[in-house]
Amino acid sequence: MNLHVLTAMELRSRLDSGSVKPQDILEDLRGRYESVEKKVMAFARPPSFECREARAAGALKGIPVVIKDNICSRGDLTECCSKILKGFVAPYDATVVEKLKESGASIMGKANMDEFAFGSSCETSCFHPTKNPWNLDCVPGGSSGGSCACVAADEAIAALGSDTGGSIRQPASLCGVVGMKPTYGRVSRYGLVAFASSLDQIGPITKDVRDNAVVLGVIAGHDDHDATSARISVPDYLAETEKDIRGLRVAIPREYFVEGIDPDVRQAMMEVKAKLESLGVRFGEVSLPHTGYAVAVYYIIATAEASSNLARFDGVQYGLRQMGRAEDESALIGMYKETRDKGFGAEAKRRLILGTYVLSSGYYDAYYLRASRVRRLIKEDFDKVFKEYDMVLTPTSPTPAFRIGEKTGDPLSMYLSDIYTISVNLAGVPAISVPCGFARSGLPIGMQLIGRPFGEADLYRAAFHYEQSTPWHKQKPKL
Amino acid sequence: MNYEPVIGLEVHVQLKTATKAFCGCANVFGSKENSNICPVCLGLPGSLPVLNEKALKAALKVALALGCQVRSFTKFDRKNYYYPDLPKNFQISQYDMPFSEHGSLDISLEDGTKRIRIKRVHLEEDAGKLIHPEEGAESLVDYNRAGTPLLEIVSEPDLYSPDEAYAYLTDLKLILQYLDISDCDMEKGSLRCDANVSLRPAGTTGLGVKSELKNMNSFRAVRLALDYEIRRQEAELGDGRPVVQETRLWNEKKQMTLPMRSKEEAHDYRYFPEPDLPPFVISASEIEEARQGLPELPKEKRNRFAAAFGFSGKDAATLTAAKSFADFFEACLELYDKPKKIAHWLIGPVSFHMNSRGRDIRDLRLTPASLVELVDLVETGKISQLAGKEVLQEMLESGKPAAKIVEEKNLAQVSDAGSLSAVIDEVIAANKKSVDDFKAGKENAVMFLVGQVMRLSKGKANPKTAREMLIERLKA
Repeated sequence: MNLHVLTAMELRSRLDSGSVKPQDILEDLRGRYESVEKKVMAFARPPSFECREARAAGALKGIPVVIKDNICSRGDLTECCSKILKGFVAPYDATVVEKLKESGASIMGKANMDEFAFGSSCETSCFHPTKNPWNLDCVPGGSSGGSCACVAADEAIAALGSDTGGSIRQPASLCGVVGMKPTYGRVSRYGLVAFASSLDQIGPITKDVRDNAVVLGVIAGHDDHDATSARISVPDYLAETEKDIRGLRVAIPREYFVEGIDPDVRQAMMEVKAKLESLGVRFGEVSLPHTGYAVAVYYIIATAEASSNLARFDGVQYGLRQMGRAEDESALIGMYKETRDKGFGAEAKRRLILGTYVLSSGYYDAYYLRASRVRRLIKEDFDKVFKEYDMVLTPTSPTPAFRIGEKTGDPLSMYLSDIYTISVNLAGVPAISVPCGFARSGLPIGMQLIGRPFGEADLYRAAFHYEQSTPWHKQKPKL
Repeated sequence: MNYEPVIGLEVHVQLKTATKAFCGCANVFGSKENSNICPVCLGLPGSLPVLNEKALKAALKVALALGCQVRSFTKFDRKNYYYPDLPKNFQISQYDMPFSEHGSLDISLEDGTKRIRIKRVHLEEDAGKLIHPEEGAESLVDYNRAGTPLLEIVSEPDLYSPDEAYAYLTDLKLILQYLDISDCDMEKGSLRCDANVSLRPAGTTGLGVKSELKNMNSFRAVRLALDYEIRRQEAELGDGRPVVQETRLWNEKKQMTLPMRSKEEAHDYRYFPEPDLPPFVISASEIEEARQGLPELPKEKRNRFAAAFGFSGKDAATLTAAKSFADFFEACLELYDKPKKIAHWLIGPVSFHMNSRGRDIRDLRLTPASLVELVDLVETGKISQLAGKEVLQEMLESGKPAAKIVEEKNLAQVSDAGSLSAVIDEVIAANKKSVDDFKAGKENAVMFLVGQVMRLSKGKANPKTAREMLIERLKA
């Protein structure tokens, strides 16, 4: 029985009928892990195939879920794939983990990621790079590359990632799976090791749209532990997927289809448009005029917040501690310097230095403050579009997966691989990446649907109808 | 040249809310190290702060009592710096939009009152505490205090002498005590004070280069540190050396301020808006509710006592100089409607014992009911004033009720003629000279004889009765 190829909903019906037991799924996943993990290297460390099924009989009872290594689960190592958090065992469950457990899901293990989610290729993990299941010489994308690769490789049924500038959607696109970045405030961030607090959101990564809708329904909702979580009720996303999409108004922003876009990606988007039109969707072209500033604004705000959020990794309480040298100003300063020098990788250091700089006295107004103002303009661009349109269609990534090592020496070109996803985080709106074809190289291509705040149900509806009329989500990589 | 000092004070007050500012941990002093902690106040990866509404309510009270304008829209900011007692290596504080500003405090001076402007009052979180064990090279951190709600109250540079600074602190502390929002105990660190001081040529209005003084553990130390620093700056300027802007620490042992860090070494705190706590609105109704909840403040109480009971300004000030003392007085009044008599006992003998033993009336073994019982024994003539003081002392030591002490010590005043008769006879017989003096017209001589009666009766005789009986016998 090849249980690992099934979706959560397919397993759900087998579990409900009693033909499959939770432990059967885990045993099957163990076999899959043993045969393909050495190729894909999707996990931060070996998962547990013990049935850790939780108390309640909710929507995910008996379904194993993999979470990204930056989400705390009690008693488990949570190291953000960074040396500086070596040995850190979370003493508490993130709210999403608590909710997963309450829904009956079992937390199987932690997926590999770019160190502290700093990256778009999963190459900055302190453990190992993860490979793209569709081509092992290529990156899976990042930073939730491990989460997406393990779902794409059928090593997991579903996974959680986090998305600060595209970290769920871009790897979902590169791995050919479905990834949702919910509205800021839709899902509690309590227990997510912060990268950029005003941008981070946790979201589901799944094999199809329905699974994604179900997992988001489980993890979404207000949380007293997160002051930025919204007091807005959670719709029945699964039921919403069934609703009609005829008459839906979708905008295509002209700024997203300019130079740098891969011809195969452009071609795929044309086909998406034709397909959706055939399903009754109406299209129009719009302008998001501040798009060109998004990457710059993002790398100021995200690094500024990161420089403060990651200040706590200092060797005092937990994680790595390195003692300084005799020539240091003091034992304390020496410990700080050595711990952070040995603990953080190059990309983390680059971002922490950048973030520290833009917040420094004399530079704050020119960088952080100005970036915050442009961020508002970017949000207003979307507000305007959503007055006339229900959602925006773009590619998720300008190119399919690139080769491992191809961009590591060129941070700027790496940053540009998130050019279509970053504005969404700055605006705080939801967006989903859905498989929409394959490049001539055989690598998957993803489309991104961007919705109005708390419009996830609309996105699932459009994505589900598209998915039902296309074969892409059924394709599996050959491993 | 003559210089005058210009002083501004930054006071930090811990709010005694049940829980900490941004998590649910108990906010108490003196627990076992690291027992009131959770992922949030430890700043563990993934944890997030949520504002304790009660801390904001307490903060609002202070702002209103100091006449501050409350901002309807406010936010928290992060103050970034590295120190091991700061779990996140940033402090949640308020930078450019404090929740309240532009208040004032009228301080009491020898020659009247002076209005000191309050620049701002803002809410922030306290850090943990470093412990340096005598043995071993390592330092330890106790995070119990981390996340305690802290108010920072910043004055304008309106104080012109160490005495004014002292008066400001005394009056500010009194208001905070009346509001019942803090223990205001400098020794326990629930109230802390930093002082900025600079000199300028007397009669000018500009501001000179300041130094910031830290590490003063009492109001007295603040005054001493300012005294020292003013003299030091005078000497610098007198010798033609400019004052350097720096932070200096008060050294209690050496009784001097010593440099800690210069302006060049000052931290760049890299303030930015705290993204984990959305900006928030303080509504007019919340402000009004806080205003309605304000208790009678010291100045109002002082004026009311003086007007209602005819007390002198000094007596009214003494009675209101601690909220517990004023409360005690008012509780006595509920039981016994003789304000002057009660005030006499409180300001006199009770204050004497407070000063010599505890610092607060709540630390004495005395309740309003037990004091009233004592006052009544004296007022109804059951015991003398003198015996009353002895009874009070015994009450405070043993905690026994006044009547029982009177009985045990046999201190009841003897007023009946039959019991006194023998003593009177004995005194008349033994003091022939005084008796003759009286009979010769020296009426004052009777006072000596009364004194002898008191002596022989071991103080129990009612002096009034004794005097009447003596005069009656001698005139017979």
